[in-house]
Amino acid sequence: MKDEKQHISSYASLTVVLVILLTLTTISVLVTGIHLGPVTVAVALVIASVKVAIVITQFMHLRFENLFLKLAVSGVFTLFALVILITFIDYFFR
Amino acid sequence: MTENHTHTEHIDSETGKLGMWIFLFTELFLFGGLFLVYAIFRAKYSADFHHGAAELNAFIGAINTVFLLISSMTVAGALTAMQKGDRRMTMLLLTVTLMLAALFLLNKYFEWSHKFEYHIWPGSPVLKNMPQGELLFFGLYYMMTGLHALHVIVGMVLLSINLVKVKAGTVNAGRYVILENSALYWHLVDLIWIFLFPLLYLIT
Repeated sequence: MKDEKQHISSYASLTVVLVILLTLTTISVLVTGIHLGPVTVAVALVIASVKVAIVITQFMHLRFENLFLKLAVSGVFTLFALVILITFIDYFFR
Repeated sequence: MTENHTHTEHIDSETGKLGMWIFLFTELFLFGGLFLVYAIFRAKYSADFHHGAAELNAFIGAINTVFLLISSMTVAGALTAMQKGDRRMTMLLLTVTLMLAALFLLNKYFEWSHKFEYHIWPGSPVLKNMPQGELLFFGLYYMMTGLHALHVIVGMVLLSINLVKVKAGTVNAGRYVILENSALYWHLVDLIWIFLFPLLYLIT
């Protein structure tokens, strides 16, 4: 692998990403304040997943990495999701 | 033998980064296992978990989330500064990151002390007399936040090493893979907290 041109994130774009993350946190806190049962759980986890995706692609520069790394990261997260899914299927239907 | 040995160091930052990511995958599954245990027990003892989570201070949790999110931004900024060759800015942003990390731990200290005042700590008699579900909730709470706090401390050590190296010039605009990898580690600490916060504090 050769040293390719590195992408440099500007301070401005990093700040925008931070503002988005803080906004999502606020939404998450406000939404869970309204007790809607299972919906609350779903909303909180969906927001957390969106935040994680933003941190990985923006702060961790995955957007600018090579295809191999992108596939590896998405593969591992898919595997993780499958582990959770299969465990729950096992738990509820055994 | 008149061979001219010019020592050119080969730096393969791409491979270094790949190695770091693979390590982060193992970290994901370390915490992932705990998340899974938490999720199953929460399904099994939902009423007890509701009681346990209600006792946590969501405000402290939210403040700590803000600290970690900002620190993730500042460490990304430190990398930007290094790539631009701005040493002073790199050092400044690394220092800010370290300060935010220290604030996070301070908050955690207050939070845990408050629990200890109510005699809730792993293995305490009060905890042992609680219902099974609450016992599990607090056990998992201490395990997950404790393991996470340990990662915060490791991250602080890594960032401090970077600070020294940037100051000494051994990490510079032409060679900064250690800074890049330490930043990746710090973002992971942030990622884990992003899931811990709603799981432990918000979903009651």
